[in-house]
Amino acid sequence: MTGDIMVRVAGLRVGWDDVVLQESATFDVARGDVFAILGGSGCGKSTLLRYLIGLEQPTEGTVFVTGIGAPLLEVGRPPFGVMFQSGALIGSMTVGENVGLPLHEWTDLPVDAVAAIVRAKLRLVGLPGVMDKLPSELSGGMKKRAAIARAMALEPNLIFLDEPSAGLDPVSACELDELILTLNRRLGLTVVVVTHELPSIFKIVSRCIMLDRESRSIIAAGDPRALRDDCSDPRVRRFFHRSSKEES
Amino acid sequence: MISTTPGFTIAVDDPSVSPAVTVVRVEGRLEFGEAVAIWSEANRLLVSQTSARVDFDLSRVTSVDGAAMALLVHVRHRLQDTGKRSEFVGASPSVQDIVHLYEGDAHLPPRPKRKAESTLSQVGRGTMHVLEEGQLVFAFFGQMIISAIATIRAPRSANWKDVTPTMERTGADAVPIVLLINFLIGFVMAFQGAVQLKQFGANIFVADLVGASMTRELGPLMTAIIVCGRSGAAFAAELGSMKVSEEIDALRTMGFGAMRYLVLPRALALVLVMPVLTLLADFVGILGGLVVGLLSLDLTIAGYVLETRKALHPWDIYSGLIKSIVFALAIALIACQQGLATTGGAEGVGRRTTSSVVTILFSLILLDAGFTVLFHAFNL
Repeated sequence: MTGDIMVRVAGLRVGWDDVVLQESATFDVARGDVFAILGGSGCGKSTLLRYLIGLEQPTEGTVFVTGIGAPLLEVGRPPFGVMFQSGALIGSMTVGENVGLPLHEWTDLPVDAVAAIVRAKLRLVGLPGVMDKLPSELSGGMKKRAAIARAMALEPNLIFLDEPSAGLDPVSACELDELILTLNRRLGLTVVVVTHELPSIFKIVSRCIMLDRESRSIIAAGDPRALRDDCSDPRVRRFFHRSSKEES
Repeated sequence: MISTTPGFTIAVDDPSVSPAVTVVRVEGRLEFGEAVAIWSEANRLLVSQTSARVDFDLSRVTSVDGAAMALLVHVRHRLQDTGKRSEFVGASPSVQDIVHLYEGDAHLPPRPKRKAESTLSQVGRGTMHVLEEGQLVFAFFGQMIISAIATIRAPRSANWKDVTPTMERTGADAVPIVLLINFLIGFVMAFQGAVQLKQFGANIFVADLVGASMTRELGPLMTAIIVCGRSGAAFAAELGSMKVSEEIDALRTMGFGAMRYLVLPRALALVLVMPVLTLLADFVGILGGLVVGLLSLDLTIAGYVLETRKALHPWDIYSGLIKSIVFALAIALIACQQGLATTGGAEGVGRRTTSSVVTILFSLILLDAGFTVLFHAFNL
């Protein structure tokens, strides 16, 4: 694995039991990329993400993440951060406790220092003053921002985001996109994002792969703007131009 | 054969004219408001059709909405399923659009008929399901042991801060209901026993009956049942909700194993509070017996207490405490396993919570029976 590759996936079978969503996914994520996994509903985007973050173990193929090899959870300090689609903040804890959770677990920092880092992370994601609120008191967009702050708590250089803009109003989605771009450009964070929100894709994504449900394979890879303008595959064109089979 | 209801007409041509092809003539406006009438008319007229082909003539249909067309398309599919050919014919362009939208012009492959599952097969499948669930609980128990050993080796890795609040929720908050239920159990048992013992002038032995029963059996068992209903259900629902809202996955990606971070603190809290609750249950159960003794058997407090002390051996109390610890482990283990196995949203949480309570109750009775046999075998 070269130093410029953050994630390498080779021949990965994505699915469960007898259900195969992707037969042999192969792709690399380069350092500093905002890399998107695209595709229609049910093509296996979120399931593929579960393999990348170690929630599922491959039965065929391999996943390597720089610094740890195969992602195995619960064996030490996680080398990457994850933001789940719903935010997945622990409902019984305040936002501050949520963001501080990995810091308390994996560092010997005193409580004051953890609180200082938590405040800074929340300011970074545009959420000053919500430390003592419960997740239920936040809007959908705020929950996602807080989840990004939690994913960033241990200063990873790789972060996975599952449908960050889904369910958000256009303004909140745009602000979240700006945040992801800021983290990518200023902190050099590599971002792997699962999404099918076209405005977000064209705004933040530098490279992408597109999964197809029917062929159970990756049907396109590259810069999303180039794919939109130049790709001749009708499935890719339909996706980027938001057209149905009949229209195309 | 003509049927008319307001707004539309469905008629079937006389079969003697053309026995090979039945033509169903539909006229008028077919709307959702008349869906029930359309449905019953179409089915009634078609149930006795023997022709190899049944066509629906829509040439006189002035308008049709989605629901009405969906019903006609379904009737057509049913005809096709029985081997007949069936088409919609003569529709105007606007009606044909609706026919096409609802795939009334598509030739669908015959739907595979689901074979009814035999009783034996259902019993077999149910048995396999129970065995698989049992296997999962044992595997979970194994993981819990491994995790507990790892925690003993590295105590700092444990989630100690959750133990005290969980003890408060499962123990302190349960005290009133445990006291009330066990007092009433002792009271009722003494009352029922007194009716029989009075006949032999053996009133005083009510104290023996209540003392031994409460400490050896009913104290630990009733307390476990109450804790199952309160805390077991709460554990399953709490972990189930966390599972479906991806909180468990989020914890795992941050390096927190669910077993170490969520299950062990709950199991430890229950193991610590259950013996205390059981002792309280024993005490108030005996108190319930004492009240009956005083009120209806003319016994004195000193006499009742003395008889209870004579009847009880330390082992009676110890055996109840041993049971309570095992019951606590069973409740925590099954509730957490069921909670973490939750899938499918809010409905899944409800299903797993119900399943956890039923499984725990069954396990408690089974364990209690096992203890009784074991203690009897060793003359304890």
